[in-house]
Amino acid sequence: MEGLIGTKIGMTQLFTDQGQVVPVTALKAGPCIVVQVRTMERDGYEAIQIGAGTKRDKTVSKAYVKHCAPAGRTFASLVEFHTDKASEYAVGQEIKLGDLFKNGDVVDVTGTTKGHGFAGVVKRYSFAGQTATHGSHESFRGPGSVGACAYPGRIFKGKKMPGHMGAKRRTTQNLKVVRIDEEENLIFIKGAIPGGKNGEVIVRKAIKAKKHGD
Amino acid sequence: MNLIDKVEASQTKSDIVDFRAGDTLRVHAKIVEGEKERIQVFEGVCIRKTRGSSRATFTVRKTSYGVGVERTFPLHSPRIDKIEVKSRGRVRQGRLFYLRALTGKAARIRSRDH
Repeated sequence: MEGLIGTKIGMTQLFTDQGQVVPVTALKAGPCIVVQVRTMERDGYEAIQIGAGTKRDKTVSKAYVKHCAPAGRTFASLVEFHTDKASEYAVGQEIKLGDLFKNGDVVDVTGTTKGHGFAGVVKRYSFAGQTATHGSHESFRGPGSVGACAYPGRIFKGKKMPGHMGAKRRTTQNLKVVRIDEEENLIFIKGAIPGGKNGEVIVRKAIKAKKHGD
Repeated sequence: MNLIDKVEASQTKSDIVDFRAGDTLRVHAKIVEGEKERIQVFEGVCIRKTRGSSRATFTVRKTSYGVGVERTFPLHSPRIDKIEVKSRGRVRQGRLFYLRALTGKAARIRSRDH
């Protein structure tokens, strides 16, 4: 399914035609340029590779610059989208917001979540922590007991423990497109989206689409 | 200009009357009943006004049949036909939540001269 590379601008709210307030995330997406068309014969699968943003040539490898060259400039990021319609695209072709999405569409948005560093279990897994009073000391936000005794004699795999939180690639599915501003290349999507402002995101049609009550 | 600011600016109304907490307002709100749309007036004291361009809201409090009623409106909502300022009140706070504890004579607000 084709999609676009975009940047998260931030959240705000919009009034619908009926005057209802909808919380939205604004993304600046596209226009993206087709850098390469993957074909069955040559690559074993059909896909299009699109690029967005610009990078200075000297900051990347020569091979990368040459790879981007047929599309016209050196892109900051490249993403591949598997699609049956790959043959309909040509290298250098521009894909705009309006080509793929319209108001009311349901989309999936992929981004990198905000990094929280090494986090304890209270923040990372919403554990309740321990009492502040009733004689407790030293341990207030600890995980408590993590296992049993001689049997099983070990801690189970997957036990929720402190560790690195966030900064992972995550997809939020089935978000509704509230508005599209083709002039500014802005797409307004209802609800929150992984990552912070200026974070790179990928917007594509929802793979589990439909049945989105609203 | 920041893009979000630009978007929010496009959502704002320009013809909004100037008012503050303490002012008595008549808010002409549009209501949809079945298929018909009509205007209902909500009259009371503005006890709070929040800022934030298109996200701004204000709360109006009135006493209806002895029961305090508060309604919060988005300032720039298309559902609001117009806002009338009936009288301007002189208050010393920006948020008049203390009015909730007061009734009758104690809940009066002195008027502000221009």
